[in-house]
Amino acid sequence: MTLLILRRFIGFILTLLAISAAVFFVMNVLPGDPAMVILGIDSTDDARAALREQLGLNAPVIWRYFQWLGDAVQGDFGTSYSFRVPVAGLIAERLPMTLALAGLATGLTVVLALVLGVYAATHHGRAGDWAVMAFSQLGIAIPAFWLSMLLVILFAVTLRWLPPGGFPGWDDPVAALRALILPATALALVQSAVLARVTRSAMLEVMRQTYVRTATATGLSPARVMWRHALPNALVPIVTIIGMQVANLVTGTIVIENVFYLPGLGRLVFQAISNRDLITVQAMVTLFAAIVVTANFIVDLAYLWIDPRLRSRQ
Amino acid sequence: MRPPANLIVGSTLVALVLGTAALSLVWSPHDATRIVVAMKFQPPSWTHPLGTDQLGRDVVSQLMVGARNSMAIALIAVLLGGSIGTALGLLAAAAGGWIEEAVMRLADFSFAFPALLFAIMLAAVFGPSLTNAVIAIAFINIPVFARVARASAAQVWTRGYVLAAQSAGRGRLAITQDHVIPNVLAPVTVQLTIEFAVGILAEAALSFLGLGVQPPTPSWGRMLSDAQTLLYLAPQLAIWPGLCIMVAVLGFNLLGDGLRDVGDPMLRRRR
Repeated sequence: MTLLILRRFIGFILTLLAISAAVFFVMNVLPGDPAMVILGIDSTDDARAALREQLGLNAPVIWRYFQWLGDAVQGDFGTSYSFRVPVAGLIAERLPMTLALAGLATGLTVVLALVLGVYAATHHGRAGDWAVMAFSQLGIAIPAFWLSMLLVILFAVTLRWLPPGGFPGWDDPVAALRALILPATALALVQSAVLARVTRSAMLEVMRQTYVRTATATGLSPARVMWRHALPNALVPIVTIIGMQVANLVTGTIVIENVFYLPGLGRLVFQAISNRDLITVQAMVTLFAAIVVTANFIVDLAYLWIDPRLRSRQ
Repeated sequence: MRPPANLIVGSTLVALVLGTAALSLVWSPHDATRIVVAMKFQPPSWTHPLGTDQLGRDVVSQLMVGARNSMAIALIAVLLGGSIGTALGLLAAAAGGWIEEAVMRLADFSFAFPALLFAIMLAAVFGPSLTNAVIAIAFINIPVFARVARASAAQVWTRGYVLAAQSAGRGRLAITQDHVIPNVLAPVTVQLTIEFAVGILAEAALSFLGLGVQPPTPSWGRMLSDAQTLLYLAPQLAIWPGLCIMVAVLGFNLLGDGLRDVGDPMLRRRR
């Protein structure tokens, strides 16, 4: 068991290293001269030479990578070229907003998907099942940013129940939550479409098993059989998809923050692109990719917790 | 045997979208990029069935040309990524050993970069452009197809007729050509259909964020991005492009599901 976790952990660290190297290569080697990207083609030779000196671009690329990596693991991602403050500070300032949005969206997704999926499985072949499947097909086909706009038209423009965008800050928690409701709902409706479908088919598979029949035969209520006996056994595929959806969630928050003008990491990365702030973009992309990999690592560990049979293997 | 319902609905929707895209090559009611500011925000009429936008451009014409651009980008990107991925998957299955391990680890690794993230990197370095959007969408398709092709090809490599061909002295390349590829084509085709849908969504998101199709070229994602600033003034402009995206994605998804059902009737019974 410990050996298994250790092996997964080493794999996880190696993947993180590979990602940081890949991002560093794309951002530092592909453009030829990063100073040219930052300052533009109209810049003078002197200005570029000065910036190269300032950013330490004259050192060999391998050496620069290890220096950047060494600083990054200590929480130093360099100084943003456009904001002229440390990138780590920018990230720390905007992370709570993005985490709150992602957390709220994930919570809504899981609740909605489990309820719909279990409902569809227990009503297999009936109208309710068809309705959930139709919801799922539509949800997969709708871009989250379009759904956001429809929600804004309905709840902000027409009914005026919720704000159409912007963020009032954390001083007023109720107002902050109100600002996050529409964006989180847009993300959750789209994400839960896939998850509800997977939950339904995993549940249908488990409900065919003899232990479910036995549990029913012992006189347990259908709800108890479903939530206590069937669902825990259907969790492996469900958790797998939740892990895979983190990648969608990361891209989803980037897009949705731009739709709702939320001052999170997604907005930051776009401001950085338009300012040609390579140092910030590099830190942000590495961070986003690391979040995706970390989520998958946690899912790997979650398997061991959910399914005791996996612990004894290998 | 009657074809499954999802196949019928899916192929109808796909035919509708592709037909519209093809029609826009030879005809559209108006010039999609022609700006007539005096005609801005016109309500639906006989000359402009879905009205005009904030610059007086005809919405129907923009949707038609947008269909062509969105389809073309998704098609080129997915075919590009699909061919590279399939080739890598076939190579992995045929070579085995460390090559297979390397290809599959590379596929695992590239899953950490969703298309948007990759496009963001390219946009920061080279500036936002259509080419970068295509490269980003193609890139995310490589690991998907590598996995599908390798999984199917690995099964074929264990079959008796492949062992027979091997013992008759046929090389790995010849076996891949004669036996593996024909058997891998079906799952790869199904995956292509589904990935077109993903590609259309990705293109829309990238163009919406300004990382894909650049003005004045119309695309559904860009139309939505324009409409976003006008939600109070002209909410109808946000409806149609989104609806088009939904119909196209739904069509390709249902077509993919339908094709899979035809190829594997057992699966259909289980659903």
